[in-house]
Amino acid sequence: MAYSDKVIEHYNNPRNVGSFTKDTPGVGTGLVGAPECGDVMKLQIKVNLDTGVIEDAKFKTFGCGSAIASSSLATEWLKGKTVDQAAEIKNTDIVNELKLPPVKIHCSVLAEDAIKAALSDYKAKWGESAGAGQAAATATTSS
Amino acid sequence: MALKFPIFMDSQSTTPCDPRVVDAMLPYFTEKFGHPASRNHPYGWEAEAAVDRARGQVAQLIGARDPKEVVFTSGGTESINLALKGVAEMYREKGNHIVTTVIEQRAGLDVAKRLERQGFEVTYVPVQPDGMVDVDAIRNAITPKTVLISVMYANNEIGTIQDVAAIGALAKEKGVIFHTDATQAAGKMPIDVEKAGIDLLSCTAHLMYGPKGVGALYVRRKGPRVRIAPMMDGGGHERGMRSGTLPVPLVVGFGRAAEICREVMPEESRRLAALRDQLQDGILSRVDEAFLNGHPERRLPHNLNISFSYVEGESVLMGLNKEAAMSSGSACTSATLEPSYVIAAIGASTELAHSSIRFSLHRFTTDEEVEYVGRRTVEVIGRLRDMSPLYELAKEGVDIKSIHWKAE
Repeated sequence: MAYSDKVIEHYNNPRNVGSFTKDTPGVGTGLVGAPECGDVMKLQIKVNLDTGVIEDAKFKTFGCGSAIASSSLATEWLKGKTVDQAAEIKNTDIVNELKLPPVKIHCSVLAEDAIKAALSDYKAKWGESAGAGQAAATATTSS
Repeated sequence: MALKFPIFMDSQSTTPCDPRVVDAMLPYFTEKFGHPASRNHPYGWEAEAAVDRARGQVAQLIGARDPKEVVFTSGGTESINLALKGVAEMYREKGNHIVTTVIEQRAGLDVAKRLERQGFEVTYVPVQPDGMVDVDAIRNAITPKTVLISVMYANNEIGTIQDVAAIGALAKEKGVIFHTDATQAAGKMPIDVEKAGIDLLSCTAHLMYGPKGVGALYVRRKGPRVRIAPMMDGGGHERGMRSGTLPVPLVVGFGRAAEICREVMPEESRRLAALRDQLQDGILSRVDEAFLNGHPERRLPHNLNISFSYVEGESVLMGLNKEAAMSSGSACTSATLEPSYVIAAIGASTELAHSSIRFSLHRFTTDEEVEYVGRRTVEVIGRLRDMSPLYELAKEGVDIKSIHWKAE
């Protein structure tokens, strides 16, 4: 199977590989997938607690080239978005950007799951200490 | 000599034609184009003589005493289909049970599944962690209704070589026909259908430096005389077992390929085993938590299959794409989303089945290529582990199995 240029580019030069210490203020961690399925993604966001903006994002992925590219792209897109904007990233956006073939769509689904898991971990840990507007939004979504 | 990229290390999927094979084939496309079944003119006689010579060359490679026992087909898949379906149909009155293994190649398993749908009973014998089939497990599976035992000679993924002679002896003792899929073994190691008690043997040219599109089924004529029902009806070629005009150039190439393999086998298998061992040692000595799949000794000389914990196979191959061609048991290299059933059958965890890489060397593999591929593989594994969350967890001392993974 031939890969799209964008998948190859992300695979060769993955953005934002690494980890934040989990208990750093503003950090939310998502760990999704399963080793026996051949895909595990760890995606972390670091949110500015005053503004609610994602200032940094990091990932580590066990999986095929498309899984690595999907998570690399996700971290790129997350940076600069607010927590609410981040929740709107859809797997289909990743499919379109990376031109993933049908057998690789699950990689994009996993990336979306990782984003959601990181956001919900962030909200659970730091939702209370975030800025006023941010806290209100969190209260609405978690009710 | 400068390295030529990508370096081909996937010879268990196919091999390049030996130039000597191509030379032997060429005249049979143009000036010697006759039909081997044309009995009344020199064009036909010439083609028939060429086919007979090739039949003899293939027979010699596998130890068949009578060249007539070699039936040419379109390749390994057809030979396996003809053997299993041909015996099933021919001996249906005698019984409806077949014994085979869980690690046969897809053709073997898929034919067995079709026969099950047609009312046959099939026992799939498991394998041990080194990939060996326990001969006693086959013995225990045999019933009075068993008409066929089908066990591959050597495995396409892990290279493990079965104790074919013991299975042949068992088959004789029980009066059951024995088929072996030798597509990976033929041309790579000595085979003697007489000594091993093989009744039917499948092989193919393109895995022994011959052309794609031609293979053979050895069908024993004496002690016992094995009969198979044909799948193809027509002119009654190949003693009625496989009708259809023989592709003479391919058959000639197959014969020449078999002849060369037989001549160079002692030297070639020693050389490839040494290179393979060098590749294996180079990787295993520099990568932690990498595991050899298959039997450490009883395996094909050109095969090496390693699972690398914490990285996924396709991503490893992708990292080497421009430089080297290998294959992986990873689900992501296929459309099925299921990882290698062979690696799973030898008891590896599913995660390791996703992480297996098969390196298969060949006649034209050089020392420099082995050195290069070994070094680059180690580098790519290192890079991928640096971005693997599983490797990070393992290094933190977390037992990955203790995590509750939400499998999709």
